[in-house]
Amino acid sequence: MSVTTDATVRSGQDRKVTRSRRNVAWTGAGALVVVVVLALFPYIVYSGTTAIMVQALIVLTLASMWNLLAGYAGLVSVGQQAFFGLGAYFILIPAMHGVSPFAALPIAAAGAAVVSFPLWWLVSRLRTGYFAIATWVMASAIALFIEQIQSIGGGTGMPLPGFAGMDPTLLAAYTYWAALIVAVVAIGSVYFLLRSRLGLVLTAIRDDETAARSSGVKVGLARLLVFVVAAAGCGAAGGVLAIDQLQVVPGTSGGVFSVQWTAIMAFAVIIGGLGTIEGPIIGTAVYMILQQTLQSYNAWYLIILGLVAIAIAIFARRGLWGLLDDKFNIRLFPVGYYLWSPGETRRRQRAKGPAPVS
Amino acid sequence: MSWVNAIIQGILTGGLYALFACGLSLLFGVMRVVNLAHGDLATVAAYIGIGIIAITHVPFLWSVPIVVAIMAVLGYVLQRSLIQAAISRGELTTLIVTFGLSIVIENGLLQFFTANNRGIGVGSSLISSSFSIGSGLQIAWLDVAIFGLAVVVLLGLQYFLSASKYGRLIRAVADDREAAQLSGANYQHVFGICAALAFATVALAGISYGMTTVVSPTTGTDTILLFAFAAVVIGGLGSLWGTLVGGIVLGVSQQIGAQINISYELLAGYIVFLVVLVIRPQGLTARRSQT
Repeated sequence: MSVTTDATVRSGQDRKVTRSRRNVAWTGAGALVVVVVLALFPYIVYSGTTAIMVQALIVLTLASMWNLLAGYAGLVSVGQQAFFGLGAYFILIPAMHGVSPFAALPIAAAGAAVVSFPLWWLVSRLRTGYFAIATWVMASAIALFIEQIQSIGGGTGMPLPGFAGMDPTLLAAYTYWAALIVAVVAIGSVYFLLRSRLGLVLTAIRDDETAARSSGVKVGLARLLVFVVAAAGCGAAGGVLAIDQLQVVPGTSGGVFSVQWTAIMAFAVIIGGLGTIEGPIIGTAVYMILQQTLQSYNAWYLIILGLVAIAIAIFARRGLWGLLDDKFNIRLFPVGYYLWSPGETRRRQRAKGPAPVS
Repeated sequence: MSWVNAIIQGILTGGLYALFACGLSLLFGVMRVVNLAHGDLATVAAYIGIGIIAITHVPFLWSVPIVVAIMAVLGYVLQRSLIQAAISRGELTTLIVTFGLSIVIENGLLQFFTANNRGIGVGSSLISSSFSIGSGLQIAWLDVAIFGLAVVVLLGLQYFLSASKYGRLIRAVADDREAAQLSGANYQHVFGICAALAFATVALAGISYGMTTVVSPTTGTDTILLFAFAAVVIGGLGSLWGTLVGGIVLGVSQQIGAQINISYELLAGYIVFLVVLVIRPQGLTARRSQT
């Protein structure tokens, strides 16, 4: 059930409530063009570029998921590497039984989502900060558990079977397309989830949890849904990583279960702008630029990324996108509502400041 | 006999875990700050200790008060600047800032000290000497000393918070900072002192860990933070003696796991943690839920 985009306001004046101040069709068309151009990348750029793009798309998927968790549901998870790592294993295990790794990507997403149910039951007993560390413990426990299973590589990991004899150029292109599809589906899911009833519920919880609860909002259920969706997205991203690296390396330092994955997704979101769909996109761009320019200096890019994230969390809480939004008042992915007076133009409304929906 | 040995070892290790948990518990109890950089700060303390001994060649016991003092000052400064700024912006910002700090410290250590393991040079007589009970039981003096230190620190904190004048002030600020402020208490200063105290225990925890085994840049998150947290949750949030109980339960379950199969050591600890989370989310010692 979705909320209709134009409703009559109580006062009876001829006002209109819309999602966006300008025609959404143009934004939609723009997004479509961007996706089509990105899809054509393997034909027009060098394979080195698409290889970097695969990394960027993995980070973008992860960041979108972490943004959904922390920015919209207030769930600061520091254990998303659990689902990321499990996603990689959910590609490896079917591949060992002859399933094409590309075809296994939905399995990775679904598998991570299924695992997230019992884990939610455990970690949801704790709130905020303790929730954060509990997810971290959960990720460590899962990593230790996976390392005990010798048939999937134990503590050393395994190369990914299923690509024998495949043309490397073709493989690189397929990997890129897989990463692109995962990222587009991830962002699209977040967008449509937030425009649905769930988005309204999450906004209500974010503004005042007690009030939302007493108005009949099922707070726990909404958070569970977000947790499961985020697990699925991170799982799919982990699957893409396994395909990209052609192997699965376990371990909490340097492997798929490393907390650095969560650090990267969290920092990208905070730098770009927490609680906006555009934020993770900008944050991913910043991350990739830093990572590419500083990659010969080992861990420095993570140090700088962390310092920038701390500074932004304190001094510019809405991130880089927030700064842009303040200046130009733009929404590429409108998930909120605007109130229009009859005959009002964008320019006049901006002068008055955004009108809240009452 | 090896089972008895495992249990005794577990109890003694539990003291160390309680020491880990002390600072985490204190910061949460007073300021409602969950410090995700807790473990990394303990690792920093261990590295400072290693550095001081390597550079100045002071005897080990002299380096301890120096490290504790440095960490206490760092705690006060960090609280008054970064953490206070984060607290005033809300819980989410606090988590993000301490998580950022954790990643920055860990990678900074990695950058400057490489991923190699290091131990604190205590002098071999202190580390290796042990006494035996019966035939098969060997107990290291060092483990006993650390357990004793943990008990002394917990007793001291308990006494300080419940009986001293300043402890009363800290509890007043923890209960209601606005009311305390109105009564003339500078709550930010009290928070700073509290952070200094917490960081002093963090320094002791880091040094103790560096003595019993080795530290590497990832020790802070892999071991110290997660064990401290597990001890806090098992024992019950917000209770100092609970952390000792939690630490001992965690230590004993790890040692029993290690007895079954050496690779189950960590996993056994986490399983007990998860079981407690399911059966008694308020912890073993707490009377009612404080989450």
